[in-house]
Amino acid sequence: MDRIDLGGLFLHFLILWFVAIGGPSTILPDIHRYLVDVHHLLTNTQFADLYTLAQVAPGPNAMYVTLIGWHLAGWAGAAATTLPMLVPASTLTLLVGHLNERYPDAPIGHAIRRGLTPITLGLVFASSTILMRAVNHDWRGYLITLLTVAVVLRKPWNPLWLFAGGALAGILGFV
Amino acid sequence: MEQTESHKPNVSRLALFLSFSRISLSSFGGAIFWARRELVERQRWFAEREFLEMFTVGQLLPGPNVLNLTVMVGYRFAGWTGAAAAVAGFLGWPCLVVVGMGVLYQQYGALPQVQQALTGMSSVAAGLLLATVIKLATVLPRHWRPWLFGALAFVGVGVMRWPLLWVMGALAPWAVFAAWKEQE
Repeated sequence: MDRIDLGGLFLHFLILWFVAIGGPSTILPDIHRYLVDVHHLLTNTQFADLYTLAQVAPGPNAMYVTLIGWHLAGWAGAAATTLPMLVPASTLTLLVGHLNERYPDAPIGHAIRRGLTPITLGLVFASSTILMRAVNHDWRGYLITLLTVAVVLRKPWNPLWLFAGGALAGILGFV
Repeated sequence: MEQTESHKPNVSRLALFLSFSRISLSSFGGAIFWARRELVERQRWFAEREFLEMFTVGQLLPGPNVLNLTVMVGYRFAGWTGAAAAVAGFLGWPCLVVVGMGVLYQQYGALPQVQQALTGMSSVAAGLLLATVIKLATVLPRHWRPWLFGALAFVGVGVMRWPLLWVMGALAPWAVFAAWKEQE
């Protein structure tokens, strides 16, 4: 386990938040690479646990980043991973919001969205495979994952129920 | 757009803080639904169309898109301090909740039952991400190019485990340029 370099952590997350087009799930693979593979600050299981715990908290699903930071280094760690999230939000957003008000139908906006959607798709797929490899040790874990997909695509249920089901399956020794 | 400025309601920093606290604390699994309900239906600070425009801008930009919306709304009504009040409401409470979870995890995370429950929940979390991928895939055009970009992003980040910055730096400009050319 490496010592935690808070400045390095802050910088890494600052860069990540600037490329997190498509939302907080797109940077999960790189956070995993940086913390688990490169710096050995978390195990695979800890990483999956922290990500999942934050998904049952209220608020944006970006909060997993805060929880990971807190777990690594308390409040300073939480600040190092969370505050960089505000930098693109408070600079780019106001700039682009202003441009958009001025040129509401600029075609570049459509091109950005259409061009980046497939990349978002590839990155979120990478996120799901990383979680699956971390926690699904045999077919039973994959079965829970596939059941979740089947339910989400058919029913508008609150995901909290699905997490409750997953927790129950785990406690009953299914996974 | 002149007419969007004309009916700007008077909104205090406290109102911003309280509204975004309410959005944040009611949103499990996606805040956008609750943001629309609060800002358009309950407070009537925005018309449907204005809200949609701001949300679209938020989606174009990096980071959580409802956070981007939060900054835009706060700034529009009360400048930088308004943005700070809205962000404090939106992020403050969930921060406290996840830190509480972190404390419990450090205390009890190693218990076998807790570990089993978390493993089952993580399998669900992976399924939620996979469902997002499938939903996105259904809106992708039936053309080889977007699928190629999606596959390259997946292989670069998920299989080769290259840094995201390199992969985005190589793919994003190319993908946006291709989409731009196609439009013309």
